[in-house]
Amino acid sequence: MTINHHPNDELILDYASGALGEAWSLAVATHIAICPDCRHTSSLMEGIGGTLLDAAALEPVNDNAFDALSVRIKNVEQDVRNRKLTECASATILVFPQPLREYLGSDIEGVEWKRLGMGARQKIIPTAEKGATARLLRIPAGRPVSVHSHKGLELTLVLCGAFSDSTGHYGVGDFQEANEELQHQPHAAPEGDCICLVVTDAPLRFKSFAARLAQPFLKI
Amino acid sequence: MNHSRSVPVKRVMNGVLALDVESLQGVSSFRTSAGEARVYWPAVIFRIRRPPSKSRATGTPKFMVADTDTDFSADRLAQLIAVVADNQDKEAFRSLFDYFAPRIRAFVYRQGTDPETSEEIVQETFVNIWKKARLFDPAKAAASTWVFAVARNVGIDLLRKAYRPTPDFNDPAFVRDDEANPHQLVSRAQEATRLREILSVLPMEQQEVLRLAFFDEKTHPEVAAELGIPLGTVKSRIRLALGRIRLELGEQI
Repeated sequence: MTINHHPNDELILDYASGALGEAWSLAVATHIAICPDCRHTSSLMEGIGGTLLDAAALEPVNDNAFDALSVRIKNVEQDVRNRKLTECASATILVFPQPLREYLGSDIEGVEWKRLGMGARQKIIPTAEKGATARLLRIPAGRPVSVHSHKGLELTLVLCGAFSDSTGHYGVGDFQEANEELQHQPHAAPEGDCICLVVTDAPLRFKSFAARLAQPFLKI
Repeated sequence: MNHSRSVPVKRVMNGVLALDVESLQGVSSFRTSAGEARVYWPAVIFRIRRPPSKSRATGTPKFMVADTDTDFSADRLAQLIAVVADNQDKEAFRSLFDYFAPRIRAFVYRQGTDPETSEEIVQETFVNIWKKARLFDPAKAAASTWVFAVARNVGIDLLRKAYRPTPDFNDPAFVRDDEANPHQLVSRAQEATRLREILSVLPMEQQEVLRLAFFDEKTHPEVAAELGIPLGTVKSRIRLALGRIRLELGEQI
């Protein structure tokens, strides 16, 4: 797998600092699970966090804080999982990496798709974040998604298959960030259905009237 | 261990204090007649917090500096976590608490959290440090980086009631690092030391963006709004800072 399109540094910084909301973080975390380069960038950013913590001013804690803590940990079992990587021979081929599978409760076979029209399907992924929605989007092989632009931000991570639009070709692991400036019509590659994790913070703006009419019912 | 000593002031202009950086080595906070000033290392930026007392002295400020304990190298901190993991050692745990608790409290304090919640975040962070000490891998992260990540996650959990998605290193679908072509060129402890040096020489505006991102937990659009500068400027500062860090660490991009 060669990944050509990556999240930009700012987004990885927001993920590493903890400022990024849960739905967006799901897209970044799932990408860095399969992209060692971006994982390294994220570690480097966390290293900056650690350095700033080291250098932080000292704000005194309550006098009895450690005593209170000692009481609390009395009944806490230490996690005995091994920190080293376990050697796992994967018998099955998984399509969705963690943490996405955890959110879905299954891999691809357990997803309950909802029809979107034109053969496209989706599955909304619940998160605690209010202002943004994460969803799986399944575009049939060789088919387009209606032309649309964005009121806000749209993050797309390809999990299976591939799509193309005016900005390029996106295969498995590729990450696209679209904003208000981009109007695009993603086209699934003919080889197979394209499944993406898509996170948006505002409804898409479809060019066609029919698509706009159906939007409230489809929650897209 | 707090020892007081005085620090020479170079000049005071429009409320901005100029001090010799050398004289502030190892110092995290000092008192002035206008309140307590904090030194955010490696960024030499001072924030004055008003003291709780009503009376504020006027006149030429006197600067008193509290030395911080300097025995906590990245290696020693990592050892302390290992001892907590292997022996459930309370003494080592206490040392970690003494070092990190006031720092975590300062981090949370910057985010405008009330005292009770801040205290709870510190407590919960240390419960997690105790619980997860065995998961700490010095090859993957410096001690401070690991503690930062634990505190960050506790904050997200308690303040936002949200979960922070993370990759699972043992997931069969996880793509591991290419061992023939490692990103990591120095040990994490060495990297932490280098990072500290590099951050201190970054241009102030780049340090400021990073500080707002981590201390105030602001997203980059929020940083832009806070500073009243265009989003593109924030983006380029982040990219320049990261580019410099990578260059200084000798990484191939």
